[in-house]
Amino acid sequence: MSSDPRPLSPHLQVYRFGYTMALSILHRASGAFLSACTVLLVAWLVAAAAGPEPYARLLALYRHPLVLLLIAGGMTAFWYHLCAGLRHLAWDAGLGFEKPWPRRTGWLMVAVFAVVAGTSLAVAWSRYGAAS
Amino acid sequence: MSLRSPLGAALGHGSAKDGTHHWWDQRITSLLLVPLGIWFVVSLLRLPDFAHVTVAAWAAQPLNGILLLAFALTTLWHSALGTQVIVEDYVHGRVILVVTLLGLRIAHLLLAVAAGWAILRLSFWGGA
Repeated sequence: MSSDPRPLSPHLQVYRFGYTMALSILHRASGAFLSACTVLLVAWLVAAAAGPEPYARLLALYRHPLVLLLIAGGMTAFWYHLCAGLRHLAWDAGLGFEKPWPRRTGWLMVAVFAVVAGTSLAVAWSRYGAAS
Repeated sequence: MSLRSPLGAALGHGSAKDGTHHWWDQRITSLLLVPLGIWFVVSLLRLPDFAHVTVAAWAAQPLNGILLLAFALTTLWHSALGTQVIVEDYVHGRVILVVTLLGLRIAHLLLAVAAGWAILRLSFWGGA
């Protein structure tokens, strides 16, 4: 395809960076990460269904600091993807495109995400942090 | 060899009647996942511990089993659609693209079957 030097449409690097761009790519990145996390979820369900011994073996694996970090990251990504996704659904309904709104809803979304994710991480830490 | 232009060959066949199907399914699953996702994460945070008895008893509750099944299947469906779009955007080359898409679909299907089996077993046999 590269043998034909046709003009290209403007791409990412011609635009001045705006934080709304970061919010957009983070939505996709968090979604991809959550897709990987579904393996952790399904393995947990299968182990629980398989019985106490297989479940205990899986739980020992999940208590490894790296896996705990993955789970905490999964919960953070979940809240981000949810907040950003609600903003995308509003756009799909045709709302919030006018000039000041994408930036305002961007800040609002990040604020809501920070509060909710921070709260659930704190709850998880206070309830299970000492035990694991 | 055809003398028709690629555009000429593509025009005139009418719509495939399937143009918005993928997009629409992604919106439906995302709407469903708002309450289901919040329910799942909050339920996990409310569990007193993650011992087998606790988790099995929680999953064996009728409403929890139904919601868990709905959450797992909707999540995997949404994930299959989302990862497909990412791969279509960034993976170039016909063979690697088709192989990746095929692999992702099969992986999601198998994960959905495994999740369904596990949740039904927990619901009806308590994961014994």
